[in-house]
Amino acid sequence: MAKFNAEVIIEGKKNARDPEGETIMRDLMIKHGYDMVSSVRSGKILKVTLEAKNEKEAEDICWNMVNELRIYNPVAHVCTIKMVK
Amino acid sequence: MPMRVIVVQFSGSTCDRDLVYAMKDVMGWEVDLVWYKDAQKHLESYDAIFLPGGFTYGDHLRAGIIAAYTPVMDKVKELAKEGFPVFGICNGFQILVESGLLPGALIGNDTLRFSCKWTNLRVETTRSAATNIAKKGDIWKVPIAHGEGRYFLDEKGLKELNENDQVVWRYVSDDGKITAEGNPNGSIESIAGICNLEGNVVGLMPHPERAAESILSPWGSDHGKLYFQSLENYFRRG
Repeated sequence: MAKFNAEVIIEGKKNARDPEGETIMRDLMIKHGYDMVSSVRSGKILKVTLEAKNEKEAEDICWNMVNELRIYNPVAHVCTIKMVK
Repeated sequence: MPMRVIVVQFSGSTCDRDLVYAMKDVMGWEVDLVWYKDAQKHLESYDAIFLPGGFTYGDHLRAGIIAAYTPVMDKVKELAKEGFPVFGICNGFQILVESGLLPGALIGNDTLRFSCKWTNLRVETTRSAATNIAKKGDIWKVPIAHGEGRYFLDEKGLKELNENDQVVWRYVSDDGKITAEGNPNGSIESIAGICNLEGNVVGLMPHPERAAESILSPWGSDHGKLYFQSLENYFRRG
């Protein structure tokens, strides 16, 4: 068994307004000169360290976990998992 | 015989005693406040189960999600599917949604702030256990107190919810209209509370227990009491 690191990224669906992302873009970035920014979406990252036989198994465990434990609410969120070194 | 109900107290429940007060002292019911680890073996001996407001498990990850995975909720889900009456207020509503007993999601307010204020609730259906003595279109003044109360559901889900008459209350303006100003958190279609298809599971974000006596209201209203009186009527009718 080896240790693996995964980033579980939870974001709001595109059709759900994200007032936090909008405020960050409008009142921080654009107001301070970064007017080339046209979209910001906020979200949540869970950095997970787990043991598995290999990276594929680690990713599969993560997907099973996020679905079984509703780590994201599929009605409102989308979830991506990135395995990181 | 007075109604006999249970309030399930979780780690982080904060509106449990207000709810007990409203049901016991105002309504005259028999009410037991029971710690969630001790609650599951007694649930079916009551007339109804209440999940109170608060911040279970610090609202970590999402409000209600961790409480939704406690063993007592397995039992609540089992009973609710058999038609047992289950009511969730605020965090209790969030737990019902995260348990899958009610559809949708409750996400961060569009104001990005915790909001504690009075709202106008328009009764949209009288078929739910919590509104059966009201008239459709009645307006109740009931306060909210939440940071994650923005109801969200996709287009298909909303269509079903409306077609199945599952929207119980909407936030409205003082004159009963659906407006952006009357909607305190950006809830889709101004939805404040819903029920399941059968009507035995009801969740709402505002707090009827904080509006059950006229002394609590700036208008001298006690509209929250209508919620509890509806429940009583639901049981009396059988």
